[in-house]
Amino acid sequence: MPLYRALLHLYPAAFRHEYGEEMCAIFRRRRQDSAGIVGALLLWVSTFVEVLFHAAAVHCDILRQDLRYAARALSRERGFALTAIVVVALGIGANTAVFSLTDYVLLRPLPFADADRLVKLWEVTPGYSRMEASPANYRDWKRMSRSFEAMGSFTTIATNLVGQGEPERVEGALVSADLFPLLGTQPMAGRLFTAAEDRAGAPATVLLSYALWQSAFGGDPGVLGTRAILNDEPYVIVGIMPRDFHFPTRQDEFWTPERFGESDYRDRADNYLQVVGKLRPGTTLEAARAEMRVVAAQLERTYPSENERTGAVAISLRDELSEQSRLLLFALVGAAACVLLIACTNLANLLLARALARRRELAMRTALGGGRERLVRQLATESVLLALLGGALGILTARAALPLLTRLVPFALPVGAEPSLDGRVLLFAAALTLLTGAAFGVLPAMRICRGTDFTALREGSRAGGGRKERLRAALVTAEVTASVVLLIGAGLLMRAMWRLQAVDPGFRAEGVITLRTALSFPRYEQTARRHAFYSRVLGDIRALPGVDNAAYISFLPMTMTGGIFPATVNGDTLTRNESRSASMRFVTPGFFATLRIPLLAGRDVDESDTVERPFAAVVSESFVKRYWPHDNPLGRHFQFAFHDRMVVGVVRDIRVRGLDRSSEPQVYLPYRQMGDGAFPFYAPKDLVVHSNGQQAAVLAAVQKIIRGADALQPISDVRPLAAIVAEETAPRLAQIRVLAAFALTAFLLAAVGIHGLLAFAVSQRTREIGVRIALGAARADILRMVLRDGLRAAGVGILFGALLGYAAGSALKTLLAGVTPADAPTYAAAAALALLMTLAGSLAPALRALAIDPTAAMREE
Amino acid sequence: MDAPESLLPLPEATFHILLAVAAEDRHGYAIIQDVAARTAGELKLSAGTLYRSIQRMLEQGLIEETRERPAPELDDERRRYYRITAFGIRVAQAETRRLAQLVRLARSSGFATGRA
Repeated sequence: MPLYRALLHLYPAAFRHEYGEEMCAIFRRRRQDSAGIVGALLLWVSTFVEVLFHAAAVHCDILRQDLRYAARALSRERGFALTAIVVVALGIGANTAVFSLTDYVLLRPLPFADADRLVKLWEVTPGYSRMEASPANYRDWKRMSRSFEAMGSFTTIATNLVGQGEPERVEGALVSADLFPLLGTQPMAGRLFTAAEDRAGAPATVLLSYALWQSAFGGDPGVLGTRAILNDEPYVIVGIMPRDFHFPTRQDEFWTPERFGESDYRDRADNYLQVVGKLRPGTTLEAARAEMRVVAAQLERTYPSENERTGAVAISLRDELSEQSRLLLFALVGAAACVLLIACTNLANLLLARALARRRELAMRTALGGGRERLVRQLATESVLLALLGGALGILTARAALPLLTRLVPFALPVGAEPSLDGRVLLFAAALTLLTGAAFGVLPAMRICRGTDFTALREGSRAGGGRKERLRAALVTAEVTASVVLLIGAGLLMRAMWRLQAVDPGFRAEGVITLRTALSFPRYEQTARRHAFYSRVLGDIRALPGVDNAAYISFLPMTMTGGIFPATVNGDTLTRNESRSASMRFVTPGFFATLRIPLLAGRDVDESDTVERPFAAVVSESFVKRYWPHDNPLGRHFQFAFHDRMVVGVVRDIRVRGLDRSSEPQVYLPYRQMGDGAFPFYAPKDLVVHSNGQQAAVLAAVQKIIRGADALQPISDVRPLAAIVAEETAPRLAQIRVLAAFALTAFLLAAVGIHGLLAFAVSQRTREIGVRIALGAARADILRMVLRDGLRAAGVGILFGALLGYAAGSALKTLLAGVTPADAPTYAAAAALALLMTLAGSLAPALRALAIDPTAAMREE
Repeated sequence: MDAPESLLPLPEATFHILLAVAAEDRHGYAIIQDVAARTAGELKLSAGTLYRSIQRMLEQGLIEETRERPAPELDDERRRYYRITAFGIRVAQAETRRLAQLVRLARSSGFATGRA
């Protein structure tokens, strides 16, 4: 019998209370009727199955009934239902979108086989925590280490693709033959590279990305085995990679073997290889790191001068992401959580207010034998229904918002641009929704029902309940706190962005358009041939109406952070030392004038600086400060990039590495002193044109001039210089926009919350206020009475918000570009906005209180 | 109250329970026994089916719980007795008409022979 009673607990409590005894009595009869052990056993089995089945059916009956009731109740109160649904949708939508982004960028395994065992290997030299490896060191790492099952390398390059429509500049990578097998990737068509193809002198082969295959080859499967012309050299197309394969970044569109020869291994200081390793199963990252330290120390002992102070480090491929990208994502997660918290408290508040207003109805139902548990269940069904509707709307919102988030997916990751809503994300959203509905719906329902008794019937509609008012005020305080935290966070990041935008890059970007014409080698190996191209193009461009200057440089500032060479002055030995390196750029005359970089002393490079003349250099101010702090630098000599060079001019420093980073001193070399076949990588390729007139017309004319000079020359990266500078803060801008949207949402939700709190308080106290007015209370007193509650909740919220905001700001410190987490103007603005919001939310209820007619209010009862 | 036709067709258990309480007030176990006897043991309601049906029928107003009990010597204190309501009678009649109509249609199509 006790077992049967226990089984009955599967039924809803109300049903059990109602019919439990009866059912026990029937079961007892059945037991008496059943004969023998077999009969008893049969009875038990059938009873067990029956109870399981029927309990579920009874639960469904109730659910159906509750849903019908809830739907009817909610359709009667459309305003309430709509508000609640939108509130939940905002919270769930924000979190779903941010979760899908975070999941995509930080959590989901990278799309490679055994992705958790993939690491990047870097050299560590003084001043550089992640330096590319030289081929010689890479080869030795591979030979000496035991932690890795395989090791491969790549170098990113860009090349000119001709013969497929317009000449095109495409980015890709030189890869070692063992790289793709290490990543566990198979081509969609064709094959991967063989070891024989990865040797000096081997025939040139290429793998195409799906995107390039589509765009340049029209998706024609017949391209396999045909030739593509890359940098004037024919490459046999051996395969096409799958659509979702991106490596090392989503910009890369082709891969060719590195084809190393013995000569490539000669210079240990020539660092340009990125190395990927796959840990042996069971080997930890820590063990691999320890081993690499040992390997690097051995290499340093073997090659004391070339590998001086050169270490090696392994970093999980997933962790390649910069600390900044990670932090910004965490900031977004925190912000979305704040929005959800506010949305939930708002939902709880709405439900609580509604339940309080329905107190009489609820008490009546309890009195009529509805049962408290039934009532809680009914209310919970309502709130879960609201949450589910809101959640569905939220998921739709997040889905619509996802394309807007592509800007937030860092470029450095080997994944596509657009995060997707997959099962995990939907599961997350569903769990969040149910939690929202249950936690913030059931608790208020229980709270209400606990106090529901017959006194509610007697009390009439006046009943507000002091304790519940305090709970509601606490919820509003939580909302204000969360929105103040968001305002402070968004405010601090905005201040940081403004500070960065105010950083002087050292050059003037206004009116300058840029484009890239990367000359292909060996066609342009001869200095004279390049000179002919540059002088024809620049001469024609300078003659265009509206153009007042034009020049070429190896790489524009902020587009290429490398290109660093050590510089020494007579007597120094050439060692790898951070404080001795400077960035090297070849320029044509007029570069400084075009970007309006002030010439502080001496002269610009000019057409007379040819290979026959002494090698000249224009250096930046910080270069002078380093080597000749007290002397006139003009005429001084230094050794740089394999030549002795003489300072002929000094210019102001520019921010080569970007606005928020310090840059090495700059050395500019005359373009005509780049010898035949020397430094092909540095051959000036970025064109800058300063014009006063119509930029579009100028650009069209410039492109025509280039095509006239060399019809096979691809033109790429056409954009204003200002856009390159803006790009520096663009990811921040995108992030701040999202944060600001969250802050705004939070702000509005909190205002709704305050309005709800006060409006309800006023409506519940209509009679009391009426009496007060009748007794001669001044309008100001009434106003004070109404506003007091809202202001108190907001004041406490602002205080907590400021404290938590400071904590959040401190966590984001590395993103703040020097803005202190205690930035007073930000706090003042956040507090002022919160107060404004409180007053705005209080306005309508306060006016309603003032408009109460005492006689009408007292007659109401 | 809804029109009797809105509840048609009645679930089998519901119709049998209405038949069982049509003549006299009965408690749960008596209903089970009555239904079993009436159908010659073919339909044995389980306690779960019975009370789930009873709950729904109470809500629909087909039956009501009665406070008047039969003679104490026949009564078990804990039992609840159910009685058919006027609405319940109307619904049962409507269901009977529906079934009769159905049988008539079946017979005219040659499906059934003999008397209903």
